[in-house]
Amino acid sequence: MVEEAIAEHYGEGEMRCPVHLSIGQEAAAVGVCDALALTDKIYSTHRCHAHYLAKGGDLNRMFAEICGKAAGCIGGRGGSMHLMDLEKGMMASIPIVASSIPIATGSALADKRMRSGKVTVAFIGDASIEEGVFHESANFAVLHRLPIVFVCENNLYSVYTPLRQRQPDRPLTNVALAHGMRAAHGDGNNLEETYRLMSDAVAHARCGNGPTFLLLDTYRWREHCGPNFDNRIGYRTEAEYLQWETRCPIRALHKKLGSGLAPQREKAMVEAITVEIESARAFARAAPLPEPAQASQFVYA
Amino acid sequence: MTAQAVSQERIITLADAIREGLIESFARDDRTFMFAQGVDDPASMWGTIKGIAKRFGEDRIIEMPVAENGAVGIAVGAALNGQRPVIGFHRVEFALLALEQIVNNAAKSHYISNGQHKVPLVIRMVIGRGWGQGPEHSQSLEPIFSYFPGLKVVMPAFAADAKGMLISAIEDDNPVIFIEHRFLHYATGHVPEGYYKNPLDGPRVVREGKDVTIVATAHAVLEAIRAADVLRDIGCSVEVIDMRVLRPLNMATIQASVKKSGHLITVDTGFVMYGIGAEVVAAVVGQNFSALKAAPVRLGLPDHPTPSSRGLVVGVYPDSLRITREVGKMLGIGDDKMQLALASLEEQRKNLPIDAPDPFFKGPF
Repeated sequence: MVEEAIAEHYGEGEMRCPVHLSIGQEAAAVGVCDALALTDKIYSTHRCHAHYLAKGGDLNRMFAEICGKAAGCIGGRGGSMHLMDLEKGMMASIPIVASSIPIATGSALADKRMRSGKVTVAFIGDASIEEGVFHESANFAVLHRLPIVFVCENNLYSVYTPLRQRQPDRPLTNVALAHGMRAAHGDGNNLEETYRLMSDAVAHARCGNGPTFLLLDTYRWREHCGPNFDNRIGYRTEAEYLQWETRCPIRALHKKLGSGLAPQREKAMVEAITVEIESARAFARAAPLPEPAQASQFVYA
Repeated sequence: MTAQAVSQERIITLADAIREGLIESFARDDRTFMFAQGVDDPASMWGTIKGIAKRFGEDRIIEMPVAENGAVGIAVGAALNGQRPVIGFHRVEFALLALEQIVNNAAKSHYISNGQHKVPLVIRMVIGRGWGQGPEHSQSLEPIFSYFPGLKVVMPAFAADAKGMLISAIEDDNPVIFIEHRFLHYATGHVPEGYYKNPLDGPRVVREGKDVTIVATAHAVLEAIRAADVLRDIGCSVEVIDMRVLRPLNMATIQASVKKSGHLITVDTGFVMYGIGAEVVAAVVGQNFSALKAAPVRLGLPDHPTPSSRGLVVGVYPDSLRITREVGKMLGIGDDKMQLALASLEEQRKNLPIDAPDPFFKGPF
């Protein structure tokens, strides 16, 4: 609902930065983050909205950040691609493919050294494992049995290039297995399955048994970057899109809940969330822009 | 003799001074650890990490797989989470594989996070020449790292400064690129024992003078000192400034010196083009143009890669002879005097190989 609101209002020109929407990939974010403690840490990518919200990130500060306001979670310095909320363990979002992977690995190394018992998650995409630094980090994480889970959301495309043009036809989990890493694979649009697989991976990591590569199949509904649908471009077929639409993670959950979610309760929830979103949008709209002089702050600690 | 006097007499190499700096920092703070390639290598990174694993244990000096970008990223991640890592690259060229993490994450995490993250990280990089290291093992790439706001870049010339600056770098809450010229590892100097810090605050005057200001980095500082010594003998007073800290750039000492001397020569260990000297000259011309009595001169490497053969590197590195000649030209010193100065330098250098550290630079200075 948050991102539907972003898409609906993006054209108004208040949100003046690139937005990479997670619509269609919600269950992966929620299933993974629900299996974590508040003190556990996640590192995300340019497509970070769902991860930020699933880990409990503040909605007002998210909208303010996307609108470039001083009240944004990082004061308007990063925009949509850099969301973070340290209090909630949303440590950083880094919009260079695979760039956050060694950072997350180092985070797990720090927690291992401090014996904190915390687990780190590196959210990555299917293209990340094409980058050398994924392999450098995976090798190190296995060698030192670090408490980390590499969650790979495979949405089949890197921008507009399909996976089959970028990688040979082999299970992506084999790449992790070749590093001697535990690997698991599931339907990232199935919340329960994601939660179950992630809980196993977290337990494995917390016990000191090392990392897991958790591959989650999912699909991005809207364009790579921006608020629109883009099937007309031709990089993917309408039929493929429609097939994935039938696997909508939210409708699947709805169906599973069945009578467990009373219509009245659902209506009340939707209304409350709508109010929250409108309030966050209003907060962001009313918030002042940062002062130009602030651009030179925090170069050095 | 007092204890302090004894310690001031103690002369060790710059490499040993760096090792002492690491040991002092490791002993004071168990959040400090190092990623090194070749922990058990008997060469032990010019002796700078010798015995550290034995004394502090394997989890304080971690053998890093051959994965430079990963190493820097992992160190940044650890630094964001309260650790204080040090990384050692035996050649600055290896660090090029890690530019992505250095530029995007080390340099910017504090800024992007609106001050919420800090990156207390030291990356040691060895630059410089010798023994036919050739085009991809002997570059001096300090200007690359000096380009990025958020990084600190330091470049000691003297053993005592190297130890004190390394301890400061490890205690600094910013990512510090710690540049070591490989010839200088063998140079010696008086180095105090125990723990002390030298601030990462900027250039220092290492020879006072009034006729010309020479601003130099690392090994070039020693070449400049040598030139200053022979020029002094012919009545020319040279002020030599050791840059020490390339970023953040503090120009105050240099500006004050040029205001006094009216003459400026810069000597880089790297390329002249787009080099440190370019930045220094631009800053002086911009702020103290009217103080200059002659056009500033920049010395450094010529505009081609540095080859391996000792036959090909003749004249490539700016040495004390070239510095002395440039001073003579700039100040209009008479030929007679100049010949005295140059003959003295040529006599010192006679029969010495170009590809090994000059024994003159053993120090102390």
